[in-house]
Amino acid sequence: MARARWPLLAALALCLLLPLVLDQYKLYVLSLTLVYVILAIGLNLTLGYAGQISLCHAAFMALGSYAVAILGQHRVPFEVGLVLGVALAFTWGLVLGFPALKVKHHYLAMVTLGFNIIVFLVLRNWESLTGGSFGISNVARPVWGPVSFKSDRAFYFYILGWTAVVVASAYWILHSRWGRAFRAIRENEMRAEVVGVSLRNYKLMAFAIGAAYAGTGGALFAPLLGYIDPGAYTLDRSIQFLMMVVLGGLGRFEGPFIGALVVTILPEVLRGSEGLYLIIYALAVIIMMLFMPKGLVGLWDLAWRFSRSRSSPSTSSASLR
Amino acid sequence: MADFVQLCIAGVSIGAIYAMAAIGFVLLWQTSNTINFAQGEFVVLPAFAMVLFFVILKFPFVAAMLATVIVSTLLLGVGVKELLVTRLLKMGVLPLVIATIGLSLLIRYSLQQFWTPLALPFPAIFSREPIFLGTIVVSLEEIGNILFAAVVIALLQLFITRTKLGWAMQAVAQNRALASVLGINVARLVTITFVLNAALTAMAAILIAPVYLVKYDIGVGLGLKAFYAAIIGGFNQIRGALLGGLLVGVVETLSAAYISSHFRDAFALIILIAVLLLKPEGIWGVKEEWA
Amino acid sequence: MALLEIEKLTKHFFRLSALSGVSLSVEPGELLGVIGPNGSGKTTLFNCVTGVLPPSGGHVRFRGEDITGRTADAVYQRGIARTFQLIQLFPEMTVLENMLVAAQEKTGTLLSRLLRREETQETARARELLEFLGIARLQDNLASNLSYGQQKLLDFGMALMSDPQLILLDEPMAGVNPTMIKNLMGHIRELNGRGYTFVVIEHNMEVVMSLCRRIIVLSQGERIAEGTPAEIADNPLVLDAYFGR
Repeated sequence: MARARWPLLAALALCLLLPLVLDQYKLYVLSLTLVYVILAIGLNLTLGYAGQISLCHAAFMALGSYAVAILGQHRVPFEVGLVLGVALAFTWGLVLGFPALKVKHHYLAMVTLGFNIIVFLVLRNWESLTGGSFGISNVARPVWGPVSFKSDRAFYFYILGWTAVVVASAYWILHSRWGRAFRAIRENEMRAEVVGVSLRNYKLMAFAIGAAYAGTGGALFAPLLGYIDPGAYTLDRSIQFLMMVVLGGLGRFEGPFIGALVVTILPEVLRGSEGLYLIIYALAVIIMMLFMPKGLVGLWDLAWRFSRSRSSPSTSSASLR
Repeated sequence: MADFVQLCIAGVSIGAIYAMAAIGFVLLWQTSNTINFAQGEFVVLPAFAMVLFFVILKFPFVAAMLATVIVSTLLLGVGVKELLVTRLLKMGVLPLVIATIGLSLLIRYSLQQFWTPLALPFPAIFSREPIFLGTIVVSLEEIGNILFAAVVIALLQLFITRTKLGWAMQAVAQNRALASVLGINVARLVTITFVLNAALTAMAAILIAPVYLVKYDIGVGLGLKAFYAAIIGGFNQIRGALLGGLLVGVVETLSAAYISSHFRDAFALIILIAVLLLKPEGIWGVKEEWA
Repeated sequence: MALLEIEKLTKHFFRLSALSGVSLSVEPGELLGVIGPNGSGKTTLFNCVTGVLPPSGGHVRFRGEDITGRTADAVYQRGIARTFQLIQLFPEMTVLENMLVAAQEKTGTLLSRLLRREETQETARARELLEFLGIARLQDNLASNLSYGQQKLLDFGMALMSDPQLILLDEPMAGVNPTMIKNLMGHIRELNGRGYTFVVIEHNMEVVMSLCRRIIVLSQGERIAEGTPAEIADNPLVLDAYFGR
């Protein structure tokens, strides 16, 4: 993980400069990618680092989106909506962490799946609050007194700011003892408990923090699109994030970046063939699982090792993940 | 009261179909630790095959049925097992799960793109004429579905409990390593299980085609229902999947009649969550102690 | 007061009775051996004491406190550590990281573990232990890349990280070559000399007889004998349990 530092800074620099050369549409795609990076980081923490299957990431995202959208309708400042949405997501993440303590993988998949669908149904039916199937339009972008983030370029930088916050905090958490505890749970849950790792505390935290990040992403997603409806938060969306983290590389810090990039850019590249994109995507997923079950980050590792062996003799074999 | 009974029968009728899909699902999990996220599409594909053989090529019904089952077992049974499962199982549960998700997307969108995004009508196999049993009205179709499913499931039960191959399957389900040591060819058995699953989903497809209409995206709901049924009823027992399937069918039909259609799914979900919190192994499931 | 008191401990698995009313006590500073034929309940005993499995009946008291049925992490934090018959490590983490996991949960609170970044003390102790066990040069290797014997040593090292008062070793010599056996026995004796209490499950009779001053024998979930190595070697019940009639 430590070696991710330089590429991250380089990526940040790139992100600061790109808006100067990109047209409006491409800027939108980049903004969306950043939002997806946030969401993927959250799921990577829960699933990749702590090994807890979560198929309801879209539901946590929805909590963030709708908090911001609904409160925005009442002229509440954007940041208040975001904090509230994140707090809601965090709380529900905790709630869902409890079944994680009692049941095994496949059951956990079902509990989280069920939660996703419940949230979707509530969003669709509670028309007075959420606008039902019609959703909410004209979701307000943040305003800081005289400074408005309404323009696409300004909002891009706003998103970039939050992305940096999320990435930095994730980096900080995963490099702490918590990060090590999460990985221990993923590697060998029983042994972890026997050396004092409280499965209860850490699993709850894994769910809650992952959910909080999803809420953050959701809160930024809503004003980016400008309009939200329940259809954006179905099981398919949760599966999309699952794909992102697995394709990128589960439990690796670089994973969510790679995964979000691939999943967002690929449809753009295949734009001409609407329906075909999904088929190629599906084939790509299957082929990747067959040949690179640990994710595209394997290619990244290869590139890294190649460049290192060129510049200096290899030192240690392992690296912090 | 008569209404209620009629609804229950209708529920059991559709539930029997769900049960077949759920049983196959459970069989796959038991013998090979495969969580098949493409189970719904495993029903959709043979449904389209039925349309091809029965409606388009105008085969006689039994021939179309046989052809469908054969196509299903070859593609979704042997094909999937040899190409995907054998390789991926070694890497743990998650890569295979993702691969089945990919597979479901592949089947679903290939059908949409290369065949049609529209719903294809399918003629009823059994007549929809009402039959009067006292004050209760049922259709031949409902009775037909129940009987057909019952026969299939009974045959399956016989196979598993009375044949050598069936015993071998049970052995593998209980303790793979031990079964292998005892000389059972585990790999071959996994293939047989996949073939059985493909046959079951093909049968489910034949029954469900007239009820649901054949469309590329009906697999999503079906797959979920198979999953629910297995979890509610009992993931590690065939009778659990059977119970689960019937329950889902009955609850769904009753909810649609008595509760507004928006919340139809929610009711089944509340039951699901209750089961998971109170008896996570399923109503007829057996507790799995920590290995 | 005994360090560990096990009172009528019972464990059922469905209809199988793995432990039936086993009682024993461990004195501080002891080196107690637990032997018995396969299936006699030895590992189940460890599992129930350390919180890996909840007992069906009976009590476990550690330093006077009732720890029956508590979770494994709670038991660890009270000062009981263990190793496993089938090696349990964190395969994709380095040797040093494996050791650090075993250290980090003993002190502080959940929150402090997030905020405190400094690990010099724990790292120093880990290095010290790895040196003691002779595997210090492997500290940056992935645990899965170690040889069987090295993994056994790591397992042992992890059990020592938290400075536990009671160490339960489950077949530490299984599958280990004679030189390593001598090595391990030496380590155990030295640590016992420093005041650590050990309970050792073993099949290797030579090891048990020479290492332990007191031995308890289990058979089919029950305690059938107790005594010094000499007493056990002569005990007809013990011979019967192992060789049958």
